[in-house]
Amino acid sequence: MTRTLGPTDIDDLAIGAWVIGTGGGGNPYINHLNVQRMAQAGTTFELIDAADLDDDAAVAVVSTMGAPIVMQERLQNSVDVARAVEIMADYTGRPFDAVMATEIGGSNAFQPFMAAAHLGLPIVDADAMGRAYPEAQMTSFAIAGLRPWPLSLVDPRGVEAVVSHVPTWKWMERASRAVTIETGSMAATCKAPRTGHEVKTASVTGSVSYSIEIGAAVRQARAAHTDPIDAICEVTGGRRLFAGKVVDVDRRTTGGFLRGTTVLEGLDEDRGFRLDLDFQNEWLVARRSSADGDTFDVLATVPHLICLLDTVSGEAIGTETVRYGQRATAIGITAPPLFSSPQGLAYVGPKAVGYDLEPTDPLA
Amino acid sequence: MTNRTVRRLGIDVGGTNTDAAVVEIGADGSASVIASVKTPTTDDVLGGIRNALAQVPHEGVEVVVIGTTHFTNAVIQRRGLNPVGFLRLCRPTGSSLPPTVGWPEDLASEVCGAVAMVEGGIEYDGRPFMDLDESGVIEAGRRFAAAGLTSFVVAGSFAPVDTSQEDRAAELLAECVPGARVTVSHRLGRLGLLERENAAGLNAALVDLASSTIDAFAAALATTDLGHQARLYLSQNDGTLLDLADAARYPVLTFASGPTNSMRGAALLGGVDDGLVVDVGGTTADFGALVAGYPRQANAAVEFGGVRTLFRLPDLLSIGLGGGSRIRTEPLRLGPDSVGQHLTSMALGFGGATPTLTDAALATGRLTIPGAAIPDVPDAARVVALAAEMVADGADRMKLSADAVPLVAVGGGAFAVPDALPGISEVIRPSHAGVANAVGAALAQVSGETDRVFRNMGRQAAIDAAVAEAIEAATSSGADPTGIEVLEVEDLPLAYLPGDSRRVRARVVGPLRAG
Repeated sequence: MTRTLGPTDIDDLAIGAWVIGTGGGGNPYINHLNVQRMAQAGTTFELIDAADLDDDAAVAVVSTMGAPIVMQERLQNSVDVARAVEIMADYTGRPFDAVMATEIGGSNAFQPFMAAAHLGLPIVDADAMGRAYPEAQMTSFAIAGLRPWPLSLVDPRGVEAVVSHVPTWKWMERASRAVTIETGSMAATCKAPRTGHEVKTASVTGSVSYSIEIGAAVRQARAAHTDPIDAICEVTGGRRLFAGKVVDVDRRTTGGFLRGTTVLEGLDEDRGFRLDLDFQNEWLVARRSSADGDTFDVLATVPHLICLLDTVSGEAIGTETVRYGQRATAIGITAPPLFSSPQGLAYVGPKAVGYDLEPTDPLA
Repeated sequence: MTNRTVRRLGIDVGGTNTDAAVVEIGADGSASVIASVKTPTTDDVLGGIRNALAQVPHEGVEVVVIGTTHFTNAVIQRRGLNPVGFLRLCRPTGSSLPPTVGWPEDLASEVCGAVAMVEGGIEYDGRPFMDLDESGVIEAGRRFAAAGLTSFVVAGSFAPVDTSQEDRAAELLAECVPGARVTVSHRLGRLGLLERENAAGLNAALVDLASSTIDAFAAALATTDLGHQARLYLSQNDGTLLDLADAARYPVLTFASGPTNSMRGAALLGGVDDGLVVDVGGTTADFGALVAGYPRQANAAVEFGGVRTLFRLPDLLSIGLGGGSRIRTEPLRLGPDSVGQHLTSMALGFGGATPTLTDAALATGRLTIPGAAIPDVPDAARVVALAAEMVADGADRMKLSADAVPLVAVGGGAFAVPDALPGISEVIRPSHAGVANAVGAALAQVSGETDRVFRNMGRQAAIDAAVAEAIEAATSSGADPTGIEVLEVEDLPLAYLPGDSRRVRARVVGPLRAG
């Protein structure tokens, strides 16, 4: 099925992608503006189902790597990511039939839209994370054992690179991260091209329309003055984990990642309890404890989604912007099954991000 | 700190009323209100100021501070704005998001006179993103001049990290356009290019209005004896002072000073530095938290007239509880709907037919209003208790620690606040609370702020460097360096950047230097 997306869908995507960014992935505001401008100027975006791809179709997988703070200062040109796709097509000698996102959570949700607008290609309703994850190898393609190379990078000053071969996904993260840091911690990238068959069998399908649906539910709830968090839970099948106010935020960076813990003190039904939310760019683990902190229950862990939302507006709160005193509600959403497989957990389970915990589904 | 008694006059020009208060500050820093007045705001703003000035004693007043919504309203109402030439130092990126992107169309078409984007900009670590294209700047300046523009914005990526490109471009524009007024984005601080450029754009659109308004303020003062004895300031959005020269160049800094002045005034009148403030009006109760005498700020980006900026407002929690809140029975409920400004015609105690919280308080004897009847409100005591519960819940949501803190209660509906609340050490009901805005303006101090990325130094060294920069900024704005206090330090380690990079924002305040 092909669906044509217009300005309202674009606005809804910005809300939904930020919710399932699970605290990271970068606020979509700037990329949303880029795509909104194109939509308002009459560009339409064709969203196609993964199932409709030919098995041998060539699909470009795009994202921008780098630091959110740099993205806020160095406003990205929408053409950069299209250039990364062109370089890849030149390198492989095979023109692309469609583009898709690596990461639907946060600002990268809009990267395929920018590429599609400049290249006249359709967007596949799929991505490789179903959320945001801190490292580029934390994808469904890596879990499926597909090859990580080649990868193209573009800096608008004319710095263009192709990482032609690496032995592992982890090496691709390291090699591409090194180039990105040299160009001021931001670069548009086109990842290893995928066939239609690979996209159908090894990606999170339907994730673009899912994000749009979440955003639409929030928009409609706000207009009707009903609870936007209820609306999000209804669309996602998610569950409220905890409601409270932020009483502590402890941040540090190690190895380039923002890590730390946010503590909420309970309000209403959670009064007398506290919630510790650990993060590495994204929320990773949610633990609830009695106020004395002696015992705790793990409510949710990666790969499942933990979203922290403003209690009143339902707007997502990022790990970079969470602040003392905010009144917030944490919800949990079950991850797509492929991430809960033994192979998936090896890449994105609690142990993969340094926790000696069993994976915990917030709905189980 | 000053070592003698001084008097200051604060004037708050609101949408409805212009309030004035003369405040005496003792040698020990204590403040007392000598006189205050409330007069209607006039259409020309100045009339209200003149009226207020005429009704308070001037003796001994050394400093006059005006808090005004005039410039905010000009943007919201699209009134008195001048066109602006926008110069951005960003190429070869940024061109798909040109200046005024995301602005409401009517405002953009009125303000955006011309746009130029040239090579330039800085990286997060202070290296140039590109060297500044000086001939491009000159070409833009000529084009702006040909279009008859004289007010400009210069905004470059990461300008708060290295201001030299913006300063150089401003210099070149001034050479191309005689009488050019240039707003450089780094003067408005804070990271986030679009939001910083937006604030600079609104500022540049206000410079004509600002110079005429501020001249008029000075003239109004000059016609009184204050013209000789007092220095005039405007209050800025963080509740601190802006001198006239800065106010004429950076009027945008006066945006949103109202809520901050109101909370500062409540803090000073209540003698509370750390605690909570609740302002109970007719329809809502607004809770705020005080930290070191200043309101804790909210996190969200604030929009003015539909334009996203980097200014912050006090973090307020609003609940639907006020003197005019309607009472509903079965089950018993209060608000959120209210008779609002029609209290004196619609409430039972004033001969109306609608039972309100005010009526319940009159019935229980908690409140007495001369001329009001004692209405018959079933369950009046339960209604008053319910209001107390709602206040307690709001206070608890705003509090950040389990320790008991004082609560300053102001506003016409403050009777709804009980004298004892869980988690509250003391409920303070200051006099002169009705002119808290003017008191807050009168007692404004001088601030300095920095917000940028520091790298290759430890956390403490980065914080120390940021605080030192903020102190320097405050001192150059007229603060007494011996009395400066650090108000806020926020450090954010940055993901995906090498070299132990962290963004540090520091804000300091100090008393105004004498003389």
